[in-house]
Amino acid sequence: MSLLGAEVLNVRGVSRTFRSGQGETLALRATDLAVAENDFVTILGPSGCGKSTLLRIVAGLDQPSSGEVLLDGQRIASPGADRGMVFQSYTLFPWLSVLDNVCFGLRERGLGRAQQLEIANGFIVKVGLRGFEGHFPKQLSGGMQQRTAIARALANGPRILLMDEPFGALDHQTRELMQELLLGIWEAERKTVLFVTHDIDEAVFMGSRVVVMSARPGRIKLDRVVPIAHPRHYSVKTTPEFSELKAELMEQVRVEVRAAQASAVAR
Amino acid sequence: MKPLTPVAPAARLALGIAFFIVFVAGWALATFGGFVSKTFLADPLTMVRSGYTLLATQGFGWDIGWTVWRVFGGFVIAVVLALPLGVAMGAYKPVEAFFEPFVSFARYLPASAFIPLLILWAGIGEAQKLALIFIGSFFQLVLMIAVIVGNTRRDLVEAAYTLGVGDRGLIRRVLLPGAAPEIAEVLRMVLGWAWTYVIVAELIGASSGIGHMITDSQALLATDQIIFGIIVIGLIGLASDVLFKWVNRRLFPWAALGR
Repeated sequence: MSLLGAEVLNVRGVSRTFRSGQGETLALRATDLAVAENDFVTILGPSGCGKSTLLRIVAGLDQPSSGEVLLDGQRIASPGADRGMVFQSYTLFPWLSVLDNVCFGLRERGLGRAQQLEIANGFIVKVGLRGFEGHFPKQLSGGMQQRTAIARALANGPRILLMDEPFGALDHQTRELMQELLLGIWEAERKTVLFVTHDIDEAVFMGSRVVVMSARPGRIKLDRVVPIAHPRHYSVKTTPEFSELKAELMEQVRVEVRAAQASAVAR
Repeated sequence: MKPLTPVAPAARLALGIAFFIVFVAGWALATFGGFVSKTFLADPLTMVRSGYTLLATQGFGWDIGWTVWRVFGGFVIAVVLALPLGVAMGAYKPVEAFFEPFVSFARYLPASAFIPLLILWAGIGEAQKLALIFIGSFFQLVLMIAVIVGNTRRDLVEAAYTLGVGDRGLIRRVLLPGAAPEIAEVLRMVLGWAWTYVIVAELIGASSGIGHMITDSQALLATDQIIFGIIVIGLIGLASDVLFKWVNRRLFPWAALGR
C-alpha cells in the first residue's frame, strides 16, 4: 500500500526549537517522514504535540531548526504554490467573491481570465458551491468557506495538499459531510495529501496511512496503513477493521494526552 | 429601553432630527425671550436673514468656495504623500522603525502653532493655508495607515504565500485591498480635522474664506454672521462625511457584511 509510487515529500531529521525569554522549548524532535505519490497521510496527535509545526515547516511558513524538507527531491526554503494549504481558521480573502478567491493563485500565475474561470468553475462544482460564485466569504457558513478554501488550494494544482485541521472549527455533522466530500474528491483526483488532525475517526476514515505523534516534544511513534479499501462509504466507520485500528490508535493517543497533561502539571 | 437594543431606521432619523429642533428651540427661547443680550447672541431669525444677505449680496458663496478648495487641496496633498509612506511603514518593519518615532513626535506638534513660521516661510497666500492643513493631517494619516496595514491578518498573509504570491504581490493583492476600507474610514475622519485647521488658517491673515468672514464679523460684533459661518462649516462637514460614507459603502460592500 505504501508503495504507491515515488516519494513526493521527504522530511529528513526536521526538528523545531522555539526560543523565548524563559529559554528554549523543543517543540518537534528530529522527525523523518516520507509521503508517496497519491497517498493520503493523516497525522494524529494530542494538541500541542508539534504536528501543526511540522505541517507549517513543510509549507515553508516556518523554518526547521535542523533537518530539511524535500519536495520531488528539491529542498524547500519558502512557501510556494507547489504546496497548497487549507488552514483551520477561515482564510478566504474577505474582499473577494468565492470565484475570485478560487482564482487567486491562478491569477498570480498569470493565466488569462478565461482560463482562470474554466479551472475555478470546475473546482467550485466539485466542492458543491455552484450558484455561490458571487458570494462574499462573510455570506457563507463555515463549512462553505472551508469548501471554498479546498477549491482554492486544489485549483492551483499543487504537488501536495497540506491540511491543518481544516474541519476543526466545524460542528460535528458538517465535519462528517466535509470528510466525505474531501474523500470523494481525493478518490477521483488522487492528489497527494498530508492531513493533520486530533480526531481519531477522521484520521482513520480519511487516511490511507495514519501517523501518530507523541506528546511534546513531538516525534512519530506509530505509522499504520489503514486496511480499508477505497472508495469508502461512511458506513465503513462501523466495520470491525475500522474499530480495531481505531481502538489501537485511541490507546496510543491516550497515553500521549496523559503524558502531555503530566508534563503540564510538572511545569 | 433595553441596553444595546437597536432602533428602527425611521425612529432613528426622527430622533436625530428631533434634537436639532430642541436645540434651535432652546436657542430661540434664550434670544427671543430676552434672556441673552443681542450683543452676545443673535436670534435664529436674524441669523438666517443675514445669512441670506451674505450669500446674496456680499459674495459669501466665493468664500465658501475658497475654503472648500483649501481643505480639499491640502487634504489631497497630505493623502497622496501619506498613503505610500504609511503603506511602506506598515509592510516593512525597518521602514517603520526608521520613520515611526519621528512621525509619532511630529503628530503631537500643534498645527496651529506653525502659523507664525508658515507666514514667515510661505507668506499669507494659499501656500500657507495648504501647508497648515498638510501638517495637521499628514502625520496622523501616516501613523494610522501604517497601523492598519501592519494589522493585516497573518493567516491571510500565510494563505496568500501558499497560493504562490511574492512580496510585491502580497502588498498589491492582500495588504492593500484588505486595508482599504479602514484606510477610507481614516481619510473620512482626518478630513473632518482638516476642516478645523482651515478655519484656523483663515482666521489669521486671509482675504477670503469662511474664517475670514468670521474675523470680519467679529470686528462688527455681528454674531448673526459668525453663527451663520459656523453653521455653514458644520453643514459642509456633515455633507462631505455623508458622501464619504456612501462612497465607502459602494466601494467596499464586503466590509459592511456580517457586522
